Amino acid sequence: MATIRIPPVLRSAVGGDREVAATGDTVGQVLENLAEAHPETRDQLFGQSGGLNRFVNVYVNDEDVRVLDGLGTSVAENDTLLILPAMAGGA
Amino acid sequence: MTPSGAEFIKQIKAQIDEVDPSVVSEIVDAPAADGIVIVDVREADEWEAGHLPGAHFVTRGHLESRIEGAAPDRSARVILYCASGNRSALAAKTLRDDLGYENVSSMTGGYTLWKDRGYAVAVPKAFTPEQKQRYSRHFLLPEVGPEGQQKLLDAKVLLLGAGGLGSPTAFYLAAAGVGTLGIVDDDTVDLSNLQRQIIHTMDTVGVPKVDSAERAIHALNPDVRVNKYPVRLNSSNIVEIIQGYDLIVDGVDNFPTRYLLNDASVRLKIPVVSAAILGFEGQLSVFAPYDGPCYRCLFPEPPPAELAPSCGANGVLGVLPGTMGLLQATEVIKLIIGAGEPLIGRLLMYDALSATTTELKVRRDPECEICSRDPDSISDEELGVFPDYEAFCAAAG
Repeated sequence: MATIRIPPVLRSAVGGDREVAATGDTVGQVLENLAEAHPETRDQLFGQSGGLNRFVNVYVNDEDVRVLDGLGTSVAENDTLLILPAMAGGA
Repeated sequence: MTPSGAEFIKQIKAQIDEVDPSVVSEIVDAPAADGIVIVDVREADEWEAGHLPGAHFVTRGHLESRIEGAAPDRSARVILYCASGNRSALAAKTLRDDLGYENVSSMTGGYTLWKDRGYAVAVPKAFTPEQKQRYSRHFLLPEVGPEGQQKLLDAKVLLLGAGGLGSPTAFYLAAAGVGTLGIVDDDTVDLSNLQRQIIHTMDTVGVPKVDSAERAIHALNPDVRVNKYPVRLNSSNIVEIIQGYDLIVDGVDNFPTRYLLNDASVRLKIPVVSAAILGFEGQLSVFAPYDGPCYRCLFPEPPPAELAPSCGANGVLGVLPGTMGLLQATEVIKLIIGAGEPLIGRLLMYDALSATTTELKVRRDPECEICSRDPDSISDEELGVFPDYEAFCAAAG
């Protein structure tokens, strides 16, 4: 199972966990399984067309999946997926 | 019988390679003198009176211990000079025979002949005795030294926000001797700020933050000139405010201003050292227009309101903006003095609770709406195009 690191803004949607494990051979499958287990994350990850929202960056290890194969990027057993939302706090 | 001093120097000169000032002059004038290192081995007072343009300063007394700061590559061509060519000849022999430099020359006739022939010289601005003392620990670092310190004193850095991130950044940049600090903030100091905004004090509660920050900066270092902008950035004032600055430190607390800043800084080609914080976590990156990705390459669109907790108050560990702000200040100084590897094309995430950092790659987006274009084609109307902010925050509840 791959590990998904959950950013602060999404933690309430997964019951407060910082990391969640999910199965899947591709980024799309792993995120689909995450959304299945934690439905509140679905709208935040996927747009209406089923693709990744443009305001969400997903990395496999340290690389943006958009420069890999997007949702088709293969995920190995010990890979870490990281969901990176934009943050603007500064004060 | 041992030789006289003059005889000894003559013998050394016969053993080393010497180069005429005319050759060195061509090297100094050439646009691509990359890889050739010119080192002045005279004393500080001689250096301060004038030196070859682009030369490094390593006194002969510190040659062995400090030459690597000026010439880390022992195979690089190194040209040494002094006042007349004697001390540099001795230094050249040391570098070649004792330190293994492969391509060392001494300039014949030294600085005196160079000047007599009318070649260009650079006269460094002199440091006051107080500055020499204040910045003495910088002078000792080969990566900073007097040249780097002068760059800091000549630098103009604009801080967006004198809040959580801006407070530590402003303090340390002032301490480092950054000569001009602009501060944009339209807020006044509130007691709830003091948990993290360390540039403000009990005495300045109720005072505009730009004034409070200016007081603290001048109390720390009178070398620093402070330009105050007690306004909120918008598309009609941003270009006027940011132009003329060498670097911008982004510590603003909302998305519309971050996009506005990005678009204007790309147009004016000003690098932005950007950080953001929330709770126990921070992000940091350097957006250097056309050298690396811009903010819109990383986040082409702002998140929807429910994913964007930037409207209103959010919890933040008081120490966290200190940590992230000082990482920003460090990147600023590196960019000014040209040392190290700036955080361009990389995003650093810091998680205070787990005490971990994570580095991610950030690529330029070849289809970026802003930085894939000629900067002159970015119009005023396009700066910071963003969903309506009132509606944006209202949707966040």
